Amino acid sequence: MSGFDAIATYYNYGVTIFLMVAGLYIVVARGNMIKKLIGLMLFQTSVYLLYLSAGKVIGGTAPILADGIEVYSNPLPHVLILTAIVVGVGTLSLGLALIVRINEAYGTIEEDELFGEGRDT
Amino acid sequence: MSAATSAAFELGDHLAILPIAVPLFGAGIACLMPRPFLAWLVAAISSLAVAVLAVLLVFKVQEVGTISYALGGWAPPIGIEYRVDMVNAFVLMIVGGIGAVIMLFALDTVPQDVSPRLQPWFYAIYLLCLCGLLGMAVTGDAFNIFVFMEISSLATYVMIAMGRDRRALLAAYQYLIMGTIGATLYVLGIGLLYTVTGTLNLADIAGRIEGAYAEYPRAVVAALAFVLVGISLKLALFPLHVWLPNAYTFAPPFATVFLAATATKVAVYILVRMYFGVFGPAISVATLPVTQAIMLLALVAMFAASLIAFYENRVERMLAYSSVAQVGYIMLGIALANETGLTGGIVHIFNHAISKALLFVAIGAVVFRLGHTRINELAGIGRRMPITMAAFVVGGLSIIGVPGTAGFISKWNLALGAVQNGTPFIVFLIMASSIIAVLYMGRFIEIAYFRTPTGDCESARDPGPLIMAPMLVLAAAVIYFGFDTTYSADLARDAARVLLGTAAQ
Repeated sequence: MSGFDAIATYYNYGVTIFLMVAGLYIVVARGNMIKKLIGLMLFQTSVYLLYLSAGKVIGGTAPILADGIEVYSNPLPHVLILTAIVVGVGTLSLGLALIVRINEAYGTIEEDELFGEGRDT
Repeated sequence: MSAATSAAFELGDHLAILPIAVPLFGAGIACLMPRPFLAWLVAAISSLAVAVLAVLLVFKVQEVGTISYALGGWAPPIGIEYRVDMVNAFVLMIVGGIGAVIMLFALDTVPQDVSPRLQPWFYAIYLLCLCGLLGMAVTGDAFNIFVFMEISSLATYVMIAMGRDRRALLAAYQYLIMGTIGATLYVLGIGLLYTVTGTLNLADIAGRIEGAYAEYPRAVVAALAFVLVGISLKLALFPLHVWLPNAYTFAPPFATVFLAATATKVAVYILVRMYFGVFGPAISVATLPVTQAIMLLALVAMFAASLIAFYENRVERMLAYSSVAQVGYIMLGIALANETGLTGGIVHIFNHAISKALLFVAIGAVVFRLGHTRINELAGIGRRMPITMAAFVVGGLSIIGVPGTAGFISKWNLALGAVQNGTPFIVFLIMASSIIAVLYMGRFIEIAYFRTPTGDCESARDPGPLIMAPMLVLAAAVIYFGFDTTYSADLARDAARVLLGTAAQ
């Protein structure tokens, strides 16, 4: 397999890894709580792509029974990711709701300014 | 009459799904209740029903062996399978039992943190959390575990955020970030496993993993790493525990009792299931130094977390770090991976659940009376709240592992397992970390009993029967299971045999 073929075959996995690492980096490096959540969602999105890449059959169509079509993509990963997206939306909305409450309680959502509040002496 | 028998027969057939269905529907009913007490009643009845169902499941598994339930009538491995063997029947019994025992505790303490308008929703969330934890334990489908894990986790974040201190919000947010990373890493690992085995049924994956490993060793090793690290975040294995102390400290006391006794335990179960039941020790040991890593982290947890506990100034934080240390003991049993050691680890899931529930109920009683738990402000509390503190001492002795309490049974099995493993120095380490437990428990108990009561401790008194009843039941259980191990260590031994594949067929 030439280098170009390898890139063409696996570039979606490359995108997956990039999204994953970029997402995690944002979670770790940013102090703003909303930016952290964005990073978290990016991280989750990479997993969606991983599942969908595995489910794609080259040359296959959408998995709906029809005459004259023999090759279908695997529907299971799509169903799983539909569930995962719902879970992700739930997590995101709960996270944003918490941020709203934190902003009401503290007047800030920057972790630098909230730092030290967690300990009790 | 025949209709009645056939209905009973069918109910027996659906025993595996009922512990999930009851709290799920209970949650829907509880949030519609107009009065807090009615919502509590729904939650209490559901919890009690779950406990009874879990015990029935244990008996049924003992009688007929592994139960396989095809969800919605779709046959496994295509459909989702609920698979109950000795291991998860035991976990179901722990979660259900704790949930039922602590419900009375909610009636007095929840109104302190949650406004009457929100209480029906609080109980609904609690039932969802219970449903998620039981679902994780009962399902035999890798992706279904993720779904239930997120149900219980989202419910947990909400319960923690209900705490009266505004720092509860930060604790919930912190846990949300870390918990989601953990769950996402887990689902990433499952995705890789699905790619190389083509199935999500745990038993099916276990059957195909050898072939998959021969063909795609790197993908299987990556899956193992992602799954183990993801679950380790959930169960608060030592360096991944940072979400836990704040969550336990600032959550409403009822939520703390429930989470401390059940949430990390179910995550441990998932790890055990993945490690022994899916990947199998052959692959786990051959590819990555997993056993050594778990053992090292377990030992570090036993010492580091215990030392931090000694320096903590709030009782809840001390108990939370103690939990991290106790998870270390459980993981040590898993890393030993022989029958006695694994029995010690699994029975410690049970023994630690009842001991920590007891400790958090007792300290919840102190919060109920005083509203604060700084150790140096609790001087002489043992003289004013004698029964509460006596119960706390019983729980503390169990955490230390004194003979005659449940904790001793776990440590005895762990020590024997360590000797059988040819690593007797671990026995010494178990003893040494127990001595640190003596120090941190002793520090608080000394202040509680041997100082003159000052400030508001002077007028404190034992709580009413609603808190007293679960406290005394748990204290009795901690002592009882220190002597009679028929329903703790013996069941754990059966579970260990199932996991190690040495069960008598």
